[in-house]
Amino acid sequence: MSIEEIQEQIITEFSYFDDWLDRYNHLIEMGKSVPLINEKYKTKNYLIGGCQSRVWLHAAMKDGLIIFSAESDAVITKGIVNLLIRVFSGQTPDTIIDADISFIDKIGLKEHLSPTRSNGLMSMIKQMKLYALAFKTKSANQ
Amino acid sequence: MTFDINKIRSDFPILQRKIYDKPLIYLDNAATTQKPQIVIDRITDYYTYENANIHRGVHYLSQIDTTAFENAREHIARFINAPKKEEVIFTKGTTESINLVAASFGRKILNKGDEVLVTAMEHHSNLVPWQMLCYEKEARLKVIPFNDKGEIDLSTYQMMLGGKTKIVALPHISNALGTINPVKEMIRMAHEKDIPVLIDGAQALSHLIVDIDDLDCDFYCFSGHKAYGPMGVGVLYGKTDHLNFMDPYQSGGEMVEYVSLYETSFNEIPLKFEAGTPNVEAVLGMDAALHYLEETGLDAIAAHEKDLLAYGTKKLQKIKGVHIYGTASEKTAILSFLIDDIHPFDAGTIIDKFGIAIRTGHHCAQPVMNKFGIPGTIRASFAMYNTREEIDKLAEAILQVKKMFA
Ligand SMILES: Cc1ncc(COP(=O)(O)O)c(C=O)c1O
Repeated sequence: MSIEEIQEQIITEFSYFDDWLDRYNHLIEMGKSVPLINEKYKTKNYLIGGCQSRVWLHAAMKDGLIIFSAESDAVITKGIVNLLIRVFSGQTPDTIIDADISFIDKIGLKEHLSPTRSNGLMSMIKQMKLYALAFKTKSANQ
Repeated sequence: MTFDINKIRSDFPILQRKIYDKPLIYLDNAATTQKPQIVIDRITDYYTYENANIHRGVHYLSQIDTTAFENAREHIARFINAPKKEEVIFTKGTTESINLVAASFGRKILNKGDEVLVTAMEHHSNLVPWQMLCYEKEARLKVIPFNDKGEIDLSTYQMMLGGKTKIVALPHISNALGTINPVKEMIRMAHEKDIPVLIDGAQALSHLIVDIDDLDCDFYCFSGHKAYGPMGVGVLYGKTDHLNFMDPYQSGGEMVEYVSLYETSFNEIPLKFEAGTPNVEAVLGMDAALHYLEETGLDAIAAHEKDLLAYGTKKLQKIKGVHIYGTASEKTAILSFLIDDIHPFDAGTIIDKFGIAIRTGHHCAQPVMNKFGIPGTIRASFAMYNTREEIDKLAEAILQVKKMFA
């Protein structure tokens, strides 16, 4: 599926919940199924800056596609990072770099978009795009 | 004086606001307090009718402003019972006041091998400036520990006050734990060895009567915005002898007496430390806020907040899995807690949805969190306008959090 299609899918999924409580419960559920980062990558190098909850993010390239894994000590953050992984994992570097992430606003989690929000959603997106850029540069140099 | 909570609540316009369609419950008062209408009006009036630059004009507006500004200084001096009004210096806030003392006093008295004493419960504002100064001077920063309740042990403190100690910097009240430190006694103990003491009073001014003359501290720092006043203004109180001994912190206009192209003589205190155009609106707003505190009565406020603390502590302790950090016997109305092993960020995100403003994280006091081995806490901090009903709502929100993250 394309990044757009996955975003649409998530928006539809969240549209079944009409109050914040259910949306957050769903997010918490999502947090439980995040593709967990290998323990050996749970180090400072893979930590995304953001002061309240810690997020570790790892990326690997497989057959031209980027595969993400992550972990966080906060459950909501885990849910959010899992949403991003659903959107970005298994895509090519170019599509990730160019992707427009619009679904967050549409699923009623707009407050997480503010740049100062301490779960660092913005930093997660930025970091994922940076990984994509790094892999792209690397393969171009080979 | 009767304490009329409904009247008080109606004085704070923001309390009428709804957040996510629910009435705002503002429990982040240790970060900043809300402002009563008279403070807002004071600022609006200033710009509507009075705006002019102070201390430098013969014209009418400049003169009435200068008078209002200097009256505010006098009022603030009276409010904290400072011996002289010239000892009240306007700054941007607590942080700047502490930095000023570290730079203009600490730098002048500290030599290689000397010691600076702080506590393990400092806000970063009263820690980092001293760390940097000690690094620069090859001096040692020594840290007074606290026990599991969040109390400083005076006999340990006594032992740490040594021949090399050049300054002691203490918080009057810990913003992370709520502990009211026995600062008067601690100042007396330091003075027995001729060691000057700076008190970080950021959390104290709105909760208890600050009596500088009685405390006999060398420096006292606070911010207007934590005591119902505007942001961007604060005070450094300093003893005259120290202030005269210190060099200016910043230079420019106002702080000078005579300037030629190659030489300058400095103004007297307090202006020596107030370079440039001050934040006049905020000084006048802070003045109004302190009037409001006086009218309401700090004793009555303290009694109300004490009730909230007792009620809140009991209410939270009844919820299984809630653990309170900071249980000193002398405490202000701050409840720092965790719920089971739910991450404070998760809890805070859900509590926010109830329209409740609480703070989560390390509260700029990371060493305190390290001591307890936790990433941070959830902090509910109370002010004069909070009620028991609001605490009930907080408890409901906590139960919801427990349900969601169990
Ligand atoms: C104990 C303490 N000291 C210092 C500060 C810093 O105050 P300001 O940010 O107003 O300079 C705070 C504010 O959070 C505080 O709680």
